[in-house]
Amino acid sequence: MKRGSLWKLAATVIGVIVVFVLFIKPLAFSIRQGLDLQGGTHVVLEGVSTPNAKVNDDAMNRVQKIMENRVNGMGLTEPIIQREGKDRIIIELPGVKNPDKAIDILGKTALLEFKDEDGKVVLTGKDLKNAREETNQQGQNLVELEFTSAGAKKFAELTEENVGRHISILLDGKVLTSPVVNEPITGGKAVITGSRTLEEAHNLALLLRSGALPVKVQVIEVRTVGPTLGQDSKAKSERAFIIGVSAVVLFMLLFYRVSGFIADISLMAYVMILLFALKMLDATLTLPGIAGIILSVGMAVDANVLIFEHFKEEIRLGKTLRSAMNSGFKRAFITIFDSNLTTIIAAVVLFFFGTGPIRGFAITLGLGVVLSMFTAITMTQYMLRWLIDANIIHNPRFFGASLSFFTSDNASGDGKAVK
Amino acid sequence: MEKKRFDIVGHRKIWYSFSLLIIIAGLICMVTRGFNLGIDFTGGTIIDLQFEQKVNINNVRSVMDSYDLGDSQIQLSGVSSSAVEAKNVMIRTKDLPQQERQKIMQGLKEKLGAYKVLREEKVGATIGKELVMNAIWATILSWVLIIVYVSYRFEFKFGLAAILALVHDTLVVLSIFSLTHRQIDSSFIAAILTIVGFSVNDTIVIFDRIRENLKLHFRRGGDIEELANRSIYQTLTRSIYTVSTVLVTTIALYVFGGDTTKNFAFALIIGFAFGSYSSIFTATPLWITFTEYSQKKRERKRQAEQEAALAAKAKK
Repeated sequence: MKRGSLWKLAATVIGVIVVFVLFIKPLAFSIRQGLDLQGGTHVVLEGVSTPNAKVNDDAMNRVQKIMENRVNGMGLTEPIIQREGKDRIIIELPGVKNPDKAIDILGKTALLEFKDEDGKVVLTGKDLKNAREETNQQGQNLVELEFTSAGAKKFAELTEENVGRHISILLDGKVLTSPVVNEPITGGKAVITGSRTLEEAHNLALLLRSGALPVKVQVIEVRTVGPTLGQDSKAKSERAFIIGVSAVVLFMLLFYRVSGFIADISLMAYVMILLFALKMLDATLTLPGIAGIILSVGMAVDANVLIFEHFKEEIRLGKTLRSAMNSGFKRAFITIFDSNLTTIIAAVVLFFFGTGPIRGFAITLGLGVVLSMFTAITMTQYMLRWLIDANIIHNPRFFGASLSFFTSDNASGDGKAVK
Repeated sequence: MEKKRFDIVGHRKIWYSFSLLIIIAGLICMVTRGFNLGIDFTGGTIIDLQFEQKVNINNVRSVMDSYDLGDSQIQLSGVSSSAVEAKNVMIRTKDLPQQERQKIMQGLKEKLGAYKVLREEKVGATIGKELVMNAIWATILSWVLIIVYVSYRFEFKFGLAAILALVHDTLVVLSIFSLTHRQIDSSFIAAILTIVGFSVNDTIVIFDRIRENLKLHFRRGGDIEELANRSIYQTLTRSIYTVSTVLVTTIALYVFGGDTTKNFAFALIIGFAFGSYSSIFTATPLWITFTEYSQKKRERKRQAEQEAALAAKAKK
C-alpha cells in the first residue's frame, strides 16, 4: 500500500514534468494567434444610413456576405468576418501585405453604372454575371465584363442607340472610362480599360464580382500590427512567462518546501490544461490573453497557499499529518470557492462587455480561475495524500510548518505575532 | 503568555486618512488635469514606424507641419528621453481619413527615408465614447453582482465593506494614473476588472476567517476588534505569500513584456498592491465600523425602550 502510493506520486511527478518540458512550446504555439502577435489588420466597418438606403439587419447581412467575397479574393489564411451589434462588421486580415489596399477594397461601395451621353443610367452592377482581369495582346490591363441575359439585352440596346457617341462607365460616381461606341455590341461582353497594373485590374474585377453594397459603409477603426512588432511581442511575452513562472515556482519551494514542490507540479499541470482548453475552444491568443495566463499562474498559487496554511494550522493543533490534511482541505475549500467565485463574476462581466483582445483576456482569466481551483483541489490533494501514505516524511517541517512570518498557536486561541 | 501584537483595526483612523489622502489628491488631479487618454477613448490615428536610419524628431515635426499637423504628438522610443534622434518614431494625430494618412506616410518616406511599419491605428471618436460607457457599466455591474453574492454568502455588512474597499482600490488606481499621467487605453478596463476580482477575492479570505471565528468563538459582548485582528493575523501569511506571487508575475510582465502591455501591467501592480492592502486596512476596519455602528444603534434603541418603560412605570 505504502509502496504503491510512492509509485503513484513518483509517476505523476515525472509524468507532469516530462509532458510540461516536451509539450509546452508546441502546444502554446499551436493555439491560434491574434493579430497583435502574428501581424495583420483589424478593420471595423459601420453601415451608414443614407436617404436612399437605410441600415437594417438584412442590409448588414448582405454587406457581410459581400465582405466575405471581397476578403476571400485576397488570398489570406483564416480571415475573420463577423457582425457586431446592429450596424458593424469586424474584419480581421492576418498577415495582409498591403493593408491600405485592402482597406480601400473593403470600404468601397462598388456601385457600377453605365450611363449614356445624357447621363441616364442604363445598366448597373446588378446586370453583371462575371468580371475578370486580363492582359490583352497590346499589353493593356483590362477588366472583362460578362452580362446576365437581361443585362446583355440592355447593353445591346444602349450601344445600338449610341453609335458614334460616348457612353461612360462609373464606379461609385467616378468615371472609370468613357469610350466612343463604334458599333452595337450584342455578345453580352464588354471591357473596362485604364487599369495601370494587373493587380489594379484584379482588385477592380474583385469589387465588381462581389457586387455593390446595399448601404454605404464607413471605416471607423483600423489597427494594423506589422510582422516585426508581432514577433517582438511574442518573444517578450515568452520571456515574461518564463521568468514569471520560474519565480513563482521558486517562491513556492522556498515557502513550503515539499508541499511547495507538489504545488509546483500542480501548477505545471494547470498551465498545460489551460493551454489545452484554449486550443480545444479554438480560442485566439492575444497579447492581453498571454498577460492573463501569466497572471493566472500567480493567482493559481493562492488556492494551494490556502490549503497549506490550513494544513499547517491543523498540524500545530497537534493533529496527525493525515487528519490535518483532511480537515485542512475541507476548511480551505469553502474559502477557495467563495473567493474565486468573485473573480469569475468579474471575468464574466468583462467577457460580455469587452470586445476583441479584451475578450481574449476575460476568457483566459475566467478559465484560469476555474481550472486552477480544479487542479488545486484534485491534484494537490491526491499528491499530498500519496506523499503522506508513502510514510517517508514524518517531520512537519518539511511541509513548511515552522516556516512562517507569523504564527498563530491555534485556531481557537489567540494568534501570536512576531513582528 | 501572549505577545503584544500591533492593533490593526484599532488604528483604523490612520488607514482611512491615508487612503483618503491619496484619493483626494487623485480626485483634484482628475478634475484639474484629467487623464492621459489613449486614442481608444479620444479617437485618433497612431503611426508607429521604424526607420532604417536614425531620424531627428524636429525633421519629423517639420514633415507633419507641412500637412498642418504640427501639433501632433511625436515620440521617439528605444532611446533615452533626452535624445532627439531615433529609429523608432511614434506619431499620434487626430482621426485622419485614410487617403490623408497614406499621403503623410508617403511624405515621411520621401523626406526621411525608408521605414518599416510597426503599428498603425485609427479609431473613430464615436467608438471611444461607447468604450467609456461600456467600461462604466461593466464596472458597476461587477460591483452589484459581487455585493449581491457576498451579502448572500455572508451578510450585507460584509458585502458593503468589500465593495467600499473595491471602490477604494479603483479610485486609487485612477488617482495614480492621473497623478503620473500614464496613458489609459482599452486594456485599462480589463486591468480594473481584474483588480476588482482580485481585491474581493483577497478580502473574502479574511472575511471568511472572521465568519469562522464568529461561529466558533464569538460570544455576545465579546470584543469584536480583537476578533478582527486575530482573523487578520491568522490569514496574514497567506496574504503576504499570495500578493508576492501575484506581484512577481505582474512585475515580470511589466519589466519583460512588450511595450503595449506596460501600462496594463502597471495598473495591475498598483491594483494588486492596494487590493491586498485594502483587505486588511480598509475592508476589515470598515466592517468593524459598520458592526459597531449597528450595535450602538441597537444599544440606543434598547436604552430608549428601557427609559420609556421606566418612565411609564414612574407615571403609574
